[in-house]
Amino acid sequence: MKIPYFPGCSLKTIGEGFEKSAIASAAILDFELEELPRWVCCGTVSSLTTDDLMHHLAPIRNLIRVEDIKETQLVTLCSVCYSTLKRSNALVKNDPEKLKTMNQFMDKENEYQGSVKVLHFLELLREMGFDKIKEKVKKPLRGLTLSPYYGCLLVRPKEFGIDNPEDPTILQELTKALGADVIDNPYQLKCCGSYHTVDKPNLVADLGYKILTYARNSGADALVLSCPLCAFNLDNRQREIKRQYPDFVEIPILYFTQLMALAFDLGEEKLGFDIHYVDPVPLLKEKQLLIDSLPLIKEK
Amino acid sequence: MEEEAEKEKMVKVYIMGREFEVPATLNIVKAFEYAGYRFVRGIGCRGGYCGACATVYRFKDDYRLNFALACQKAVEDGMYLTILPFVPAEKAQYELDKLKPRGTVLLELYPEIARCVACNTCTKACPQELEVMDYVQAAIRGDIKELSNLSFDCIQCGLCAMRCPAEIVPYNVGQLARRLYGKYVAPQAKHTHARVEEIHACVFDEELDNYSILVKEDVEKLKKIYVEREIKVG
Repeated sequence: MKIPYFPGCSLKTIGEGFEKSAIASAAILDFELEELPRWVCCGTVSSLTTDDLMHHLAPIRNLIRVEDIKETQLVTLCSVCYSTLKRSNALVKNDPEKLKTMNQFMDKENEYQGSVKVLHFLELLREMGFDKIKEKVKKPLRGLTLSPYYGCLLVRPKEFGIDNPEDPTILQELTKALGADVIDNPYQLKCCGSYHTVDKPNLVADLGYKILTYARNSGADALVLSCPLCAFNLDNRQREIKRQYPDFVEIPILYFTQLMALAFDLGEEKLGFDIHYVDPVPLLKEKQLLIDSLPLIKEK
Repeated sequence: MEEEAEKEKMVKVYIMGREFEVPATLNIVKAFEYAGYRFVRGIGCRGGYCGACATVYRFKDDYRLNFALACQKAVEDGMYLTILPFVPAEKAQYELDKLKPRGTVLLELYPEIARCVACNTCTKACPQELEVMDYVQAAIRGDIKELSNLSFDCIQCGLCAMRCPAEIVPYNVGQLARRLYGKYVAPQAKHTHARVEEIHACVFDEELDNYSILVKEDVEKLKKIYVEREIKVG
C-alpha cells in the first residue's frame, strides 16, 4: 500500500538512520512510504497563541500538498512533526473561521479542504497488528534488553497522542514482537530537554543522566525511541553527561525502525549507525545480532 | 490622424505619486526616463540579468503589490511606480576555502532560515518566478544540491528578502549554497584542470611569444595562421 510520508528536516540530517530503516522495514510490511512532494518544515513548535495563524501556515501547506496528490493520509516518523501537523490539522478542522483566514492567505494556491488524516508510523503498525509484524521477523532480537522511551509529543497532549499518556505500551508491544525484552523505566515519559539542547546543554545532560542511568541500572542494553530530537539529546549529549557525571556509562540509543530493520534482517546499510554518537555495533555484535563485517563507524 | 494614433498608445502612470502620460511601448525604466528622471542607483544592465532594477508597483484601486525588474516590465495603464535603489540585506562573511559542504553550514551562517513559516511570500515576490520558499526549505534541511538547483536562475535582486516576514535573506543563502555546490559537490571538469596546469607549467608560453612577435612584425602571416588553424569539432 502506497502512503504519503512526511520526513521532516531531522530525518534528512541527524536522523538519517531513522528514515532509511523505516522505509526499508515498511516495505517488508507492504507499506510503500512515498515522500510527500515539495514538503516544507512541519512548523515546529506548534504555536499555542490563539490568534497566531502565521505559524500554522507551514503544517497546513503540507496538508494541502497531500490533497494536491489526491491522498487522504500523511504518515510521519518524527514525534515532533507528528504532533505539529496533527495539532494544526485539528485547529483548522475545529475552527472554520481560522481555516478561511488561512485559505485566503493561500492566494493562488489550492485551499485546504480538511480531508487529511495525520498518522504516526507506529499507529500504522498497531493497526496492522503486532502479531503480523512478528510473523515477518527473521532474526528475533533475543538477548537484547531495551528501555522504551516516549518523551513528550508522541503521547501528549492526550488528544493528539498515539497512546495512553500516563502508561503507554505501544513501544513495549512492538519491541516484544521483535523478540527483545523490555524493562520498565519510570523516566520513559520524562522530558529529554528538547530545545534547551541549544543553549543549556548542561540541563539536557542532567535529564539524560537520570533517564539513561535508570535504564542501565535496570539491565537495559539500549534505549528505543521515535523522536530525532530525543535521540540527539540522549545520544550526542552523552558527551556532556560523561563530563558532568564521571560514573556515567554510555548506552546506545536506537530508533524503533532500526530494531525492525535488524529483526527483518535487512542489512547493515539500512541501519545508519555511522552517525550515532554511542556506537550500537559492539553491543549488537555481542548479542550476535550483527555479524562481523567492514567497520561501520567512521572515526570521530 | 498620425498624431491621434500616437496618442492612443499612451498610458497613464503614477511615478512616486505624480501622474505622467507615457508611451505604452516603454518598460518601467524607460517610462521614468521619458518622464524626466535620471537613474543614479537602482539601474544596471537593462537586459534583465543584473537584478539592480528590482521594483515594486501597484495598480490604481488594487490592494496588491506586484514585483518585477523595471527593465523587463512594460508599463500598463494605472501603474503606481517607484524605484528601489538598494537592498540593505544581511550578507554573511565567510571564506569559502575554509567551509565544508555540509548542510549545517547554511544554518550556522544564516541561522534566521529556521524562522521560515512557509508563508510563500518570497515566491510571490520573485521576478524570476523561482520557487524561493522551496529553496529556503531545502536550506533548512541542509540540501545544498536542491537549493543550488532551485535558486540557479536567481539574479540577486533582493525582493525576496524585502518581503520575508521572518527577515530571511533567501538570495544570499542560495548564493552560498551554489558556491559550496560549485566548489565542493558538483563533478569537476578534469580537462579544465589539466589545461590550467599546462598553463601554469608554461607549456604555451613559447608559442604565445612567437605570436606576439608576429603582431609587431607580420600581421598578415598571423591572420593566415588564424584562418588556417586547426578547429576541433564536437
